[in-house]
Amino acid sequence: MHPVLSTVLKRLMLGVLTLFMVSVVIFCAVSMLPGDFGQAVLGQSATEDAVEAFRQELGLDRPAALRYLDWIGALATGDLGTSFSGRSSSGIDRSRPVAELVAPRLANTLFLASVTAAIAVPLALFLGITSALWRNSLYDRLASAGTLVTISFPEFFVAYILILFLGTLWALFPSLAAVEPEMALGERLYKSVLPALTLTLVIVAHMMRMTRAAIISLLASPHIEMARLAGESPRRVILRHALPNAWAPIATVIAFNLAYLVVGVVVVEVVFVYPGVGQLMVDAVSSRDIPVVQACALIFAAAYILLNLLADVIGIITNPRLLHPK
Amino acid sequence: MSSKTQDVLLEMRDVRIEGFSDEHWNPIVKGVDLTLHRGEVLGLIGESGAGKSTLGLAAMGFVRAGCRISGGSIRFGDTDLRTASEAEKRRLWGTRLTYVAQSAAASFNPAHRLITQTANAAIREGLFSASEARGAARGLYQAMSLPEPDQIGLRYPHQVSGGQLQRVMTAMAMLPQPDLIVFDEPTTALDVTTQAEVLLAMRRIVEQHNTAAIYITHDLAVVAQMADTIKVLRHGQEVEEAPARNMLSAPKEAYTRSLWSVRKLEKVTKPASETVLAVDSVDAAYGTVKVLDDVTIRLPRGRTVSIVGESGSGKSTTARVIMGLLPPRRGQVVFEGSALPPGLKGRSKQQLRRIQMIYQMADTAMNPRHTVGEIIRRPLEFYHGLTGAAAEARVLELLEQIELGADFYDRLPSELSGGQKQRVCIARALAAEPDVIICDEVTSALDQIVQEGILRLLMRLQKECGISYLFITHDIATVQAISDEIVVMHKGKVVEQGPKEEILSPPHPEYTRLLLTSVPEMDPDWLTRLAASREAGTNPATG
Repeated sequence: MHPVLSTVLKRLMLGVLTLFMVSVVIFCAVSMLPGDFGQAVLGQSATEDAVEAFRQELGLDRPAALRYLDWIGALATGDLGTSFSGRSSSGIDRSRPVAELVAPRLANTLFLASVTAAIAVPLALFLGITSALWRNSLYDRLASAGTLVTISFPEFFVAYILILFLGTLWALFPSLAAVEPEMALGERLYKSVLPALTLTLVIVAHMMRMTRAAIISLLASPHIEMARLAGESPRRVILRHALPNAWAPIATVIAFNLAYLVVGVVVVEVVFVYPGVGQLMVDAVSSRDIPVVQACALIFAAAYILLNLLADVIGIITNPRLLHPK
Repeated sequence: MSSKTQDVLLEMRDVRIEGFSDEHWNPIVKGVDLTLHRGEVLGLIGESGAGKSTLGLAAMGFVRAGCRISGGSIRFGDTDLRTASEAEKRRLWGTRLTYVAQSAAASFNPAHRLITQTANAAIREGLFSASEARGAARGLYQAMSLPEPDQIGLRYPHQVSGGQLQRVMTAMAMLPQPDLIVFDEPTTALDVTTQAEVLLAMRRIVEQHNTAAIYITHDLAVVAQMADTIKVLRHGQEVEEAPARNMLSAPKEAYTRSLWSVRKLEKVTKPASETVLAVDSVDAAYGTVKVLDDVTIRLPRGRTVSIVGESGSGKSTTARVIMGLLPPRRGQVVFEGSALPPGLKGRSKQQLRRIQMIYQMADTAMNPRHTVGEIIRRPLEFYHGLTGAAAEARVLELLEQIELGADFYDRLPSELSGGQKQRVCIARALAAEPDVIICDEVTSALDQIVQEGILRLLMRLQKECGISYLFITHDIATVQAISDEIVVMHKGKVVEQGPKEEILSPPHPEYTRLLLTSVPEMDPDWLTRLAASREAGTNPATG
């Protein structure tokens, strides 16, 4: 087997192990949430007996270890469980499977993340590379200052500023991004412009500065001096000689930011009323809907692990020392 | 190399170069003239800081970041390199003016295949088509005696050895058939056996193509083999310039004579005495890679035993085993008749105190934030419990002993020269009052004159304190200067061990002979003789 493939498999196995450990942490954290679902649904006036009966029905009275084993066992067969919500004290059960609740929301989140990534990653790379090429020029300083400004404002502030100018004053794009499953791609894109733009402004600075720094730190190495003494133009020095050796750190930062797009965008979702998985999780936490909270947290963890694995793989395939061992 | 014509290729007049540090511009090169004819090889020699590399790069019209050319003229052919634009210079660089750097391992781009890098400039400037350039590269690889010349170009830099990389880099510099090559210490980082091979290949190819070259080095014996003319630099100024043979037989200036003084240092060997330290049939490995195979070495008290061999021979690993940094797989280290615990943790403070080590890179062996006083006080406190005024007095005594003096007490390592740093490391080792000091390549990062000072100091300390040295080096001149006995190591095994005179005079085992014949001599015909003897097959060369 090629060493790269075996490394990837090894990392993948480690990723599964990490996910398993994360599941324990999630379960414990959720168990430690104050209050419980029974109380939340039945209200303050419910008698203790009624709450206890409801807890029994949901299995919440069983020991935590057993509940964990049930959950993880079902998970292994692909069953995320059933949501607590939709049940009521009157005994009518309108609850839905967690998968059914999460899937459309996750699709929306991934859609917004992809649109944002498609704008932000090339933009950050372009800004980073050109800033490295014209380092310490006016352009470099403006790019640095501009991206720093956008990252320094809170997300909701950037979002409202964009709504004010692009949504209200010039009315170029809709201020509300309430996408529906049956919408055509064009309309979805159109509705998602403002949230995507907001997120782009938030994540570009980090990636751009890392790209610039990774390239510039390489410019001091002897092989770059050698390239210059071989008559390479500044542009070729950056693109041919520095950039190919800079992918590993750049990929790590990109992966970090893409993971953020999946797991950390709830504020932006709220501002634009975008039906993403972040909002779903926040709602589930406030209503103590434990299966949904656990499923969302696990999906977030998986996204982090997968994206970091991807960054590792990029680091390996762009490093000839690892790709072509002696 | 005497195919000189009157055709002047490069003319530098009163060249002045400054570097920016400590908030102002300081002169590095202070008005040097240099004239080079077509096909001529000029050797530039001097200690570090003499400005040789800066001058060599200026000959290409290149200055490093933080430096500037502040005066003088540089004409290359019809081009005035001082007024030429960057774009004009880039058209010359890599094609008519090429460069061979000191560390080939660091100077190749790790991301591209060797042949891509070799052919890059020639293809870019349209001198050759891609296939022609690759063909020419393979031809040059063959001419540089590289193994598998048709395939080696497809490898990445990390997949070939340092000596091979240096030859690939020479091939890269030769490919566009340049008018001038600047060689900047191209063999300094190589083992002596590899150096001889690379020197042979470089000289042959420069002669064949009648290319002019500037050869920068601090090693007179090396430059004697390569250059028609030698120019000696010191503190950015020319000391003298003369044809190579004249310079070697009759150097005019005292400074030039002092440059190879270390080669004249010779220790009168003393007879063996009782054994203080012995390495007893030791095998050692890093993971599954075996690096020491049945190594046995004896160090007599008050004597110096030198371990010689090329990199990868296991010299430094032997030192690590003795120090307890790498527990051996088999065998033991015996100190004064009793076996030492294999690992560092098992050893008592007294056992640790009595064997000290000095490292090659004095820079990295000291905490940059500690003053010289703090660095030397540390072992005084740790081993002898000295504190306060008593420790301070002892530090001052040690500073006297290493010929530095009290005003160094409060300095930081960054304020010291390379030689001074190494002296502080010696004082730190002395502070423990050891019986044995292991010196791992302690002089190889230093200039020859500084080397001589350090070696003299070590010998004086041996006479005064009766310390035994285990001296690890790859430099035969150093071995001659300091040792009583020699151990030759090759591929993790001891090839031979014995008194210096015995090891250095024939008959030799095969490897010792290769090692000894590879040491450049102060004789301009040495390389020619070496080539002849190796071609005759009396001593097959290794890659």
